[in-house]
Amino acid sequence: MKYLPRLPLFPLLTVLFLLGPLVAGLWGTLLPAFGHFPAGGHTGPSLDPFRALWNWPGLSDASRLSLVTGVVSAVLSLAITALILAGWTGTRGFRVLERLLSPFLSVPHAAAAFGLAFLIAPSGWIARLFSPWLTGWERPPDLLILNDPWGLSLIAGMVVKEVPFLLLMSIAALGQIDGRRRMALSQSMGYGRIKAWMIAIFPALYARIRLPVLVVLTWAMSVVDVAVILGPSTPPTLSVQIVRWMSDPDIGFRLLAAAAALWQLALVIAGVGLWFLGEALIARLARRQVEAGRRGRSDTALRVAGFALGTTVSLSLLLGFLGLIIWSFAGFWSFPDLLPDQFTLRSWMRHRTGSLDALGETALIAGVSVIIGMILTIGCLETEERYGLRLTQRGMWLIYLPLILPQTAFLPGLQTLLLNLGLGMGRLPVILAHLVFVLPYLRLSLEGPWSSWDSRQATVAKALGASPNQILWRVRLSMLLAPLLTATAVGVAVSVGQYLPTLLAGGGRVETLTTEAIALASGGDRRAIGVFGLMQTAAAMLPFALALALPALVWRNRKGLLNG
Amino acid sequence: MANGLHLDHVRILKDGVPLIEIDTHVAPGSVLTIMGPSGVGKSTLLSAIIGTLPPAFSLHGHVRLEDRDLLPMPPEDRCVGILFQDALLFPHLSVGANLAFGLAQGGTRAERRVKIDAALAEVGLEGFADRDPETLSGGQRARVALMRMLLSEPKALLLDEPFSGLDAALREQVRALVFDHARARALPVLMVTHDQEDADAAGGEVVRLG
Repeated sequence: MKYLPRLPLFPLLTVLFLLGPLVAGLWGTLLPAFGHFPAGGHTGPSLDPFRALWNWPGLSDASRLSLVTGVVSAVLSLAITALILAGWTGTRGFRVLERLLSPFLSVPHAAAAFGLAFLIAPSGWIARLFSPWLTGWERPPDLLILNDPWGLSLIAGMVVKEVPFLLLMSIAALGQIDGRRRMALSQSMGYGRIKAWMIAIFPALYARIRLPVLVVLTWAMSVVDVAVILGPSTPPTLSVQIVRWMSDPDIGFRLLAAAAALWQLALVIAGVGLWFLGEALIARLARRQVEAGRRGRSDTALRVAGFALGTTVSLSLLLGFLGLIIWSFAGFWSFPDLLPDQFTLRSWMRHRTGSLDALGETALIAGVSVIIGMILTIGCLETEERYGLRLTQRGMWLIYLPLILPQTAFLPGLQTLLLNLGLGMGRLPVILAHLVFVLPYLRLSLEGPWSSWDSRQATVAKALGASPNQILWRVRLSMLLAPLLTATAVGVAVSVGQYLPTLLAGGGRVETLTTEAIALASGGDRRAIGVFGLMQTAAAMLPFALALALPALVWRNRKGLLNG
Repeated sequence: MANGLHLDHVRILKDGVPLIEIDTHVAPGSVLTIMGPSGVGKSTLLSAIIGTLPPAFSLHGHVRLEDRDLLPMPPEDRCVGILFQDALLFPHLSVGANLAFGLAQGGTRAERRVKIDAALAEVGLEGFADRDPETLSGGQRARVALMRMLLSEPKALLLDEPFSGLDAALREQVRALVFDHARARALPVLMVTHDQEDADAAGGEVVRLG
């Protein structure tokens, strides 16, 4: 009665779509890095690209920036997340924070970074709020706050975006830990709230969110879009420099870019190694702490700090979002006024055609990649069910691999490979490149609901004579409508936010809301940034609204399906 | 009587609806058993006493322990120990480190180690300090959990269905061990259970809820 072919077709296809571009991209990086690039008239092997890289004067600064901003922002994000959880889980304040932060999870990185830029820039809202009565500034001060050479605003931008991610991943993982009783036990033995949480719960939680934490670390070390908007520019972080070389009209720079991509990969591996060392060190220190048995009772200051940091993160996101809205409608707006003199639709009218075209392209790419992704993911889940396979820990690493591997390490190679093979860049390669990042998130968001579905429903249906396919379509998928829609929304948000895959696999000719918005970063036209940033955010968030509304509508007379 | 654990006109409301009402006293070294079907709020009462009542609940009345009013205190200042059905040993810590976590602070490393070894010896687990809790039997885990709690020097002991995870023979043994230790330390004990045998073995007053 098995209608699926004998070979587990879907898992095979999924692995192909997931690893194909990865392997091809790494191969495509390796060749030009060692001087082999026929499309550019170079044949290797040679070490010239690496020699050129070592001779680039910005190399040590760019490498240091990537390493430091990445590691520091990952440490800060994790520490703030832990502090919020330790001080506040189970309280009313925590629920408020959770509600404030969760909608921002789907906001694209670029939009969040622009929002933060509007807030902290010398002419931003914070400066306006305190001017001129406190600062005496009548004109925006000449301070290098954005794009500062230390990468501080870049770190802030990444932290603001990663805390909600880690927090929500943690909340999901905490459901599998008996946190309430562990806390009660530790507190009854005299431990302060934060210390009790750190010793009794954090180790169990960390074991469950280690992969997402590694995603945050490697992402932060190699991010391009946020670094273009908030990061330093002379020199930029290594990944931004790689993209600059990739978009140089002189095709010879791609060899340098490929060598730098391998160097970036090595840096990220070193960063991960450093992280593992840090883990071991902290585990040792923690064990010493436990053995000393100190109770850590006076933790009020820490708790307040945790709440303040959580509030700052959510306020930055919220006000940044508000900033995008106001700039997109702003008429004349002089410093230090808090609001523009008048609101107008002019910016929206001016960018109507451009933004609608980009929206169409964004929707097409997201739609196709999510549809393919959903078919593959559901196919995989169902195949595993019918063959009695289970996702192992190694399988989990496989799913996380595209998220952990730095994008700048293999996407440039994908482009040079396409060039070498004489294949054009454009919409189809972009869709395939998006699929690499959409697939893991689809799987991760469907994994839980799929496996917690009551399989006795299938037994009942089978006893009534339903075929496996009928069970899949008419029972399982129908009952799982809400999580399926949520996963779709997650997939769309992931695709909408992709910058580098669109830029590199599209050869710069595929223009989505994200690539358009980031192209505006250097120009400083805030009204245009407001328009594109908002459109980008809307494209990522509207599917979530639909995912919430549709099941409520479809199942309005089915109470049993509405809560879950 | 000044000593012991007092629950004076304690009323717990859930979202404003009355859930439990109790007014009682547990003398040092004696056991008060609270029985009732599940869902009646027995565990909620225990959370109220240790101070981890979820925000949906509200508590009226007074809880006193040796003349200290517990309710205004945070959980960590109350000196009320609790044991659950599962031993809840931390899987990431060795048996010895689990006990060190419980052991009241102070003392050098060597002194602390001596106390931990003594505690292990007291329950017949000499040399178990470096063991992984996962490798222990159910009865051994229950004994480690008991010692971990006692090392934190509580002034009262709460038991939340502590023996229902153990099989019949073991249950009797562990039950006797817990009650003996509590009596030896003159701790007032409040036990919630739905097992009549637990209540009979405790030999103290029985309050039925629900």
